[in-house]
Amino acid sequence: MAQYLMSVLTDSTELATEPEMAAIGAFNEQLKADGHWVFAGGLAAPDTATVVDGRAGSAGPDAEPVFTDGPYLESKEWIAGFWIIEAPHLDVASRLAALGSKHCNRRIELRPFLGG
Amino acid sequence: MSDVGEVIARVHRAQWARVVATLARRFGDLDIAEEMAAEAFATAVERWPVDGVPPNPGGWLTTTAHRKAIDQVRREARRTAKHREALMLSDPTDLSDPADVFGTAAPPGGVIDDDRLRLVFTCCHPALAMPARVALTLRMVGGLTVPEIARAFLTQEAAMGRRITRAKEKIKAAKIPYGVPSRADVPARVTGVLAVLYLIFNEGYLTSNPERQAVRGDLTAEAIRLTRLVHALLPAAGEADGPAAGEAAGKAAGEAAGLLALMLLTEARRPARVSASGALVPLDQQDRRAWDRQLIAEGHALVRARLASGQPPGRYQLLAAINAVHTDARAARDTDWSQVVALYDQLARLDPSPIVRLNRAIAVAELDGPQVALAQVDDLPLQGYHAFHATRADLLRRLGRGEAARAAYDRAIGLAGNTAETAYLTRRRDQP
Repeated sequence: MAQYLMSVLTDSTELATEPEMAAIGAFNEQLKADGHWVFAGGLAAPDTATVVDGRAGSAGPDAEPVFTDGPYLESKEWIAGFWIIEAPHLDVASRLAALGSKHCNRRIELRPFLGG
Repeated sequence: MSDVGEVIARVHRAQWARVVATLARRFGDLDIAEEMAAEAFATAVERWPVDGVPPNPGGWLTTTAHRKAIDQVRREARRTAKHREALMLSDPTDLSDPADVFGTAAPPGGVIDDDRLRLVFTCCHPALAMPARVALTLRMVGGLTVPEIARAFLTQEAAMGRRITRAKEKIKAAKIPYGVPSRADVPARVTGVLAVLYLIFNEGYLTSNPERQAVRGDLTAEAIRLTRLVHALLPAAGEADGPAAGEAAGKAAGEAAGLLALMLLTEARRPARVSASGALVPLDQQDRRAWDRQLIAEGHALVRARLASGQPPGRYQLLAAINAVHTDARAARDTDWSQVVALYDQLARLDPSPIVRLNRAIAVAELDGPQVALAQVDDLPLQGYHAFHATRADLLRRLGRGEAARAAYDRAIGLAGNTAETAYLTRRRDQP
């Protein structure tokens, strides 16, 4: 079995509507029943993000981490939520991603975990 | 080339995909399969001239490649146990059950049990970009070398190598299954496979490179060989399944037969297609005695078999039928144009694209005259397509509008892809 990240892509700050939430709930139950479920979650809007840089910078190895307000990237689309699923191979994962996209009414990027 | 050299070349064409596919199934790893198949052929090149050609060359190659692969896996295993795990992937027959999402599992054993077909479907997986599918299919199934593929598709060798490597990495990391898709997915996935094969054929039939010869027999031959393979392997799909799945699989097999017929009937005309001076010769001016009668007979038989099946024809079957009408005519003036237009009407219902309408208009010109055809062509949104301007030029010339025709030829020449086409169009433009 391999694990995949299904990222929900969106370009609108609107939250999921009531029917969308219900559809997502039903989809989640089905994922659990069929043994594909690992974890899922919705994310707050990108303007709630904080970027943290804890690498040792030019100020030397003991420099304080740098906190920056806002998303790491100015982009038209961002990730509104995600699923982590388990599937034997990409054809199954693609099918789940297609169903997930239909239920949450947004596009999904499907990516395998390394070495999964 | 020595006799043994010729034997090895022939065995390579016939057995490469089989050796790669068998190894891919046993080791679940396309890299190993390809490398060890290549090594087995290299060993054959050394040994056969000395030891003689073995009685069963394919079996010898598979066994040799298999031994080499096991040696390799053992070496890797000594390095890291984890790597061995990755290589000793689960029995791929488990992977032939890709439909178990929400309870629509395929029967055990998969839809079609053939290693080479699995290989074709893996290389043509929709999760891979189209150029990667073409390159991977030519490499893994066709056995072409990376430099050969790069030459055919006008890419730098290094870039083509990276494209193939990336595709293989994606297959491994994303776990693209080494298998035939589930029953429900077969028709859609066959469409993708056939599109890859048609692309390979078309690149061979009319090269996009002005620097190269117009027709690449090696590529058209390879495309035909691979399509034959898919066509031969597909009909088995319908047998084990229920009526609904059988119908879908039958449709897929029908289109495979259609594409094969289309390629054979197109290939049959190849000897008459380029003049001694290297210019393209249009259909109505070709020396029909130079056409390959054997390919035409085979293509016609496929088209007739599809007609007799009573199933509604798909895109490739209609294109094949149009080519059958053309190759049926003893001379260009004997062509049954009303039949051609009727077939284009059917095609336009499946695919109402401007290119189909352009080709239909060419047939309409023969049936109803150039004036009617020109009216149908003029508004097509194909300003950037050389064939659009070449067609207009021809219709304008027939209507006696010489100046407008000349301007249209100029535009067609500016957009034409290779020298044979340019030579033809230039000659036409300069004819009185």
